[in-house]
Amino acid sequence: MFKILHKRLLTGVTKLFVVEAPLVARRAQPGQFLIVRVREPGERIPLTIADYDRSAGTVTIVVQEVGKTTRLLGALEEGEAILDVVGPLGRPAELPETGRVVLVGGGFGVAPLLPKARALKERGVHVTSVIGARNADLVILEEELGARSDRMLVATDDGSRGRKGLVTDVLRDLLDAGEVVDEVIAIGPMIMMQAVAEATRPAGIRTLVSVNPIMVDGTGMCGACRVTVGGQTRFACVDGPIFDGHAVDFAEAIRRGRMYRAEEQEALRVWEAAGCPR
Amino acid sequence: MPKIRPERLTMPVQDPKERRRNFREVALGFTPELAREEAERCIQCKNPFCEDGCPVHVPIREFIDLLQRDDPQGALAAILRTNALPAVCGRVCPQEDQCEKLCVLAKRYQPVAIGRLERYVADLARDAGRAVAPRRPRGPRVAVVGGGPAGLTAAGTLAGFGYRVTLFEALHTVGGVLMYGIPEFRLPKDIVRAEVEGIQALGVEIRTDAVVGQSPTVDELLEEGYEAVFLGTGAGLPRFLHIPGENLDGVYSANEFLTRVNLMGAWRFPEWDTPVRVGRRVAVIGAGNTAMDAVRTALRVGAEEAMIVYRRSPAEMTARHEEYEHAVEEGVQFRFLTNPQRILDDGEGRVRGLEVLTMELGEPDRSGRCRPVPVAGSEHVLAVDTVILALGTSPNPVVSRSLEGLEVAEWGGIRTDEHGATSRLRVYAGGDAVTGAATVILAMGAGKRAAQAIHRDLAQRGEAVGG
Ligand SMILES: Cc1cc2nc3c(=O)[nH]c(=O)nc-3n(C[C@H](O)[C@H](O)[C@H](O)COP(=O)(O)OP(=O)(O)OC[C@H]3O[C@@H](n4cnc5c(N)ncnc54)[C@H](O)[C@@H]3O)c2cc1C
Ligand SMILES: Cc1cc2nc3c(=O)[nH]c(=O)nc-3n(C[C@H](O)[C@H](O)[C@H](O)COP(=O)(O)OP(=O)(O)OC[C@H]3O[C@@H](n4cnc5c(N)ncnc54)[C@H](O)[C@@H]3O)c2cc1C
Ligand code: SF4
Ligand code: FES
Repeated sequence: MFKILHKRLLTGVTKLFVVEAPLVARRAQPGQFLIVRVREPGERIPLTIADYDRSAGTVTIVVQEVGKTTRLLGALEEGEAILDVVGPLGRPAELPETGRVVLVGGGFGVAPLLPKARALKERGVHVTSVIGARNADLVILEEELGARSDRMLVATDDGSRGRKGLVTDVLRDLLDAGEVVDEVIAIGPMIMMQAVAEATRPAGIRTLVSVNPIMVDGTGMCGACRVTVGGQTRFACVDGPIFDGHAVDFAEAIRRGRMYRAEEQEALRVWEAAGCPR
Repeated sequence: MPKIRPERLTMPVQDPKERRRNFREVALGFTPELAREEAERCIQCKNPFCEDGCPVHVPIREFIDLLQRDDPQGALAAILRTNALPAVCGRVCPQEDQCEKLCVLAKRYQPVAIGRLERYVADLARDAGRAVAPRRPRGPRVAVVGGGPAGLTAAGTLAGFGYRVTLFEALHTVGGVLMYGIPEFRLPKDIVRAEVEGIQALGVEIRTDAVVGQSPTVDELLEEGYEAVFLGTGAGLPRFLHIPGENLDGVYSANEFLTRVNLMGAWRFPEWDTPVRVGRRVAVIGAGNTAMDAVRTALRVGAEEAMIVYRRSPAEMTARHEEYEHAVEEGVQFRFLTNPQRILDDGEGRVRGLEVLTMELGEPDRSGRCRPVPVAGSEHVLAVDTVILALGTSPNPVVSRSLEGLEVAEWGGIRTDEHGATSRLRVYAGGDAVTGAATVILAMGAGKRAAQAIHRDLAQRGEAVGG
C-alpha cells in the first residue's frame, strides 16, 4: 500500500497527490511514468510522474478524472493509500543542454512539464511554457510552472485567461514572430500533441511528445501500448513514452486509444448505477 | 508378477459442451479409488527409468510406493524434497515427453499416469491444509528477481538453506506465467497462490510492484548488502508478425489477451475493472501451448467460433497433445498449412478478416523437416473480427540493458554457465530468461541449480549460511 501524504484540488476534476513511494522516487527522472492500481480487483492505469522528492521518498501525480478508475483514484483522501504503485517506468526524457525550449501542456499534461522545466532551468536552458485549457477555471499549475520558466503563456478556448485560442495558436504566434526555438516538448491529449507536431514540422523544429496509449502491464510484456513511430512498431512503455513527434503515427494512436470506448462507458454506467462503490 | 492393467485410468473431465463456456477446471482429478488403482499399476522397478525423465528427479517410485501403502502425506513429503510446486507440475508438465515416456510399462502398455498421481497427492494434502510453522532464516541476504517458477524455486531452495531471501516481482502478483499466462481452467489461480504461500512459509519475503533494472537496479541490490542476485525474469516479450494490419483494433498478442483475462480478471468485467473484447469469430495464429490457451479462452469469453491458423502441418504443432485434444473436443477449428498474409480493415480501423495463403509441404530440408511452401494463387480471406498472435516470446530486455557487463545472446537470452552463473560476479540467472520460452519444470530445475551454485560459491568465499 502506498500512502497519500497530501492531496490538492487543481480543478473540480483534476487532483494532485503526493504519494509515499520510495522505490519510485529514488530513481525517477523527468519523462517517466508509473502504474497504479487503486483497489482490488482494479485496472492498472499509467500516470506520469509529475514531480519527485528523493529525500522524502515521495512522488507527485496529477490525475484528471475521465472514467471509472481515475474517479476512484480522485476520491481517495489524505491518509488513505493506493493499492499498487510501480515505477519509474519508461525511458527518461533526453533533455537539451543548451538553447531555447518551448514546453507545451494541455489537460493533465501540464503537470509532467514541472520536472522537465526544473531540469532545464538547472542547465541554463531558456524555457518558455505554453499551457491551455477550456476556460480560466481549468487552467492548472500556472504559478508553479511559471516559477520554473523564463516566460509563461496561457491560452483558453473562451479567452477568459490569456490568449483566446489553443496552445498551438500561441506556438504559431511565437514562430510567426521569428522567435528562435530549438526544441519543443509537448504533453497532453494525443490530438493536441499531433497539432503541435504539425505546427513545428514546416520549420523542422525538433519536437518531443509523450504518447499515452492504453497500457496493461507497463513492462513490455503485452504490446497493448504499441505505437507506430517512423514506420516501426514500438512499445511506449519500454521504448517510450517520449518519441519524435514528427515520426509518430497519431491517427493510428488516436484510434487505438478509443478501442475500449464502449466498455469504458459500460463500466462507468454499471458503477454509477450501483452508487459509485469504493 | 501380478497381472498389469494395460490401460491407465482416465481422469474425469468436465463435459466439453459445458466447459467451453466456463472457467472451471477442465480436468477434475482422480478420486481416491482411481488413484489407488492407478498407483497399483506401478511395478516398483529396481531401476526406475521414469525418474531419469524428470528434470528435477522427483522420487517417483518412492511416492507411488507410499500411495500404494495408503500414505499420501508421506508421498507428498517425498515429492516436496525435489519439487516445491507439485500441484502445478501435476497439471502442466509435459509428462508424455518426460517421466511417462520412459516408464517401463510404456514399452507394452500405457505408462503409469505419473502426472495425475502427482496432482492427486498435492491436491489431497492442500485440501487437508499444510501445517508448516513459518520459518525465519537468519543467514546472509540473497535477492531473487522475478516470481515465476524459476524465481520461486530459487527462492524456496535458498530459504531452505537458511538464507534471508527477498523476491522482487514487477507485477502486482507473483507467479509469472502461472498467473498471467496459463488460464484458470487449466491451472486454478488458488492453487498457484497456495503454492506461493508454501514458499513464503519458508521465510521468503515477497516484494511486488518492483521492476528491477528500473528501481532498484541489480547494482543497487549488491551495494545494499545482498550477497548474490538470481535473475528469473522469464521471456515475456511478445513477437509480432510484421504484416499489414497488425495494429488494427481487434488484434492482440496472446500475452495481452491472456493477461487481461487471467491476471486482470477481464472475464468478470464489468464487476472487475479491466475489459477485454472478443468478437464473434476469432483466429489465433500459432500452434503452441499459448495458442491453445488463447483459443480456448476466446470461446470462454464469448466467441461464437474460434480457430487455430498455423502455417505448418499437425506434426509440427508444439502444443501438448492433451491440450490439442481438449481444444478439438471444445469445438475449436484447425486450419493447418495456412499462412497469414495481412489483416484486413473494415474501414473504421477494426479487423474485418484475415487474408491467408494455403501452403503445401515441400521437399525435406537438411533437418529432415518438410518446409511449407505457398500454393500459387491460393489467397483467400477468413472472415474473422479478432486476431490473436501466439508467435512466441523472447526475454525482456529491461534488466539486461540496465546491468553493465552482463553477457546476453543476440536473441536476448542471458548467457550463463551450466550452473547458472552469468558473466557478472554474484549474478546468476535461469529459466526462460536464459533458455527462451520453455517449460515450467525446466525453469524450476534451473532455479534450483542456481540456488545450489549460489550456496556453493558463497561458501567458497566464506559467506554462506554458517560459513
Ligand atoms: C504514459 C502515460 C501517462 C499518462 N499520464 C497521465 C497523467 O499524468 N494524468 C492523467 O490524468 N492521465 C494520464 N494518462 C492517461 C490515464 O492513464 C487515463 O486517463 C486512464 O487510464 C483512464 O482510466 P479510466 O478508467 O479513468 O477511464 P476509462 O473509462 O478507461 O477511459 C475514459 C476516457 O479516457 C481515455 N483513456 C483511456 N485510457 C487511456 C489512456 N491510457 N491514455 C489516455 N486516455 C485514455 C478513453 O479513451 C476514454 O475517453 C497517461 C497515460 C499514459 C499511457
Ligand atoms: C500461455 C502459456 C502456456 C504455457 N503452458 C505451459 C504448460 O502447459 N506446461 C509447461 O511446462 N510450460 C508452459 N508454458 C511455459 C512456462 O510457463 C514457462 O516456461 C515458465 O513459466 C518459465 O518460468 P520463468 O520463471 O523462467 O519465467 P516466467 O514464468 O515468465 O516468470 C518471470 C517473472 O519475472 C517477472 N519479471 C520480469 N522482469 C522483471 C523485472 N525486471 N523485475 C522484477 N520482475 C520481473 C515477470 O513479471 C514474471 O512474473 C506456458 C507458457 C505460456 C505463456
Ligand atoms: S518406470 Fe513406471 S513402473 Fe517403473 S517405477 Fe517408474 S512409474 Fe513405476
Ligand atoms: S503496456 Fe504492455 S507492453 Fe507496454
